[in-house]
Amino acid sequence: MDTEDEAVDGVFRALADKSRRALLDTLFARNGQTLGELCEGRGMTRQAVTKHLAILESANLIASVKRGREKLHYLNPAPIHEIGDRWISKYERTRLEALFDLKKALENDNEQ
Amino acid sequence: MSNNGDERIVPPDLVYVFYIRSTAPKVWEALTSSEFTTKFFFGRTVESDWKQGSAWKMVMPDGALDVWGEVLISDPPKKLQVTWTVDWVDEADKTGPAIITYDIEQAGEAVKLTMTQHSDYAIARKYIQAGAQGWAIILSSLKSLLETGEPLVVKMAPPK
Repeated sequence: MDTEDEAVDGVFRALADKSRRALLDTLFARNGQTLGELCEGRGMTRQAVTKHLAILESANLIASVKRGREKLHYLNPAPIHEIGDRWISKYERTRLEALFDLKKALENDNEQ
Repeated sequence: MSNNGDERIVPPDLVYVFYIRSTAPKVWEALTSSEFTTKFFFGRTVESDWKQGSAWKMVMPDGALDVWGEVLISDPPKKLQVTWTVDWVDEADKTGPAIITYDIEQAGEAVKLTMTQHSDYAIARKYIQAGAQGWAIILSSLKSLLETGEPLVVKMAPPK
């Protein structure tokens, strides 16, 4: 495991790609898919999908288990939680809560 | 289809991998002692001798039974596998237990903790999704507790 900063760099790099985010969304919709399933309807070569999955896995955004000859891919939320904790909670939680309260207050006004 | 023994034919419902800057014995202790679980597992205590074949249970802060089961594999500090029956699930939704496996491996200066959830039964999707969210928070909080001495403070509604 690299230093924490390098790990965070890896997560942001992995997320900085539309195709990789789409792969994560696909696993969010249905966890535990094979490479073949993840290639379906994606308009990408199997090699390209394999490469994206390897990047996501090295960033720990997905975990995989072997099942017979197949590899099943699972969404791993650990790094997202760490980023949320480090980059959202710490700086923004109070402000987000204030905005959320304001939004709620305004919406309630509209309903009356 | 080959099966190396450790691998189950039924695919897991969840696989979570956390890298924790700690040691395997500490991670084991955190998972199996109330002193730690009360801090990262929504205030719950755990009771068992954690030997293979023994019963185990998890109790809510108000003393109500939350989860119970049997220890299937106990290989401290490397592997713990338990059956997991949530006591308060609606009768209509009751199936067999889930099986929770913790694999704890040293990975450089960190510990790789893999939590896997299997079931031989089809568990209602709403429980899997609520559980997935809960597990992510619980394990993140465990990591925070072991690395910083403080758990995460997260508000979460119970599964609906």
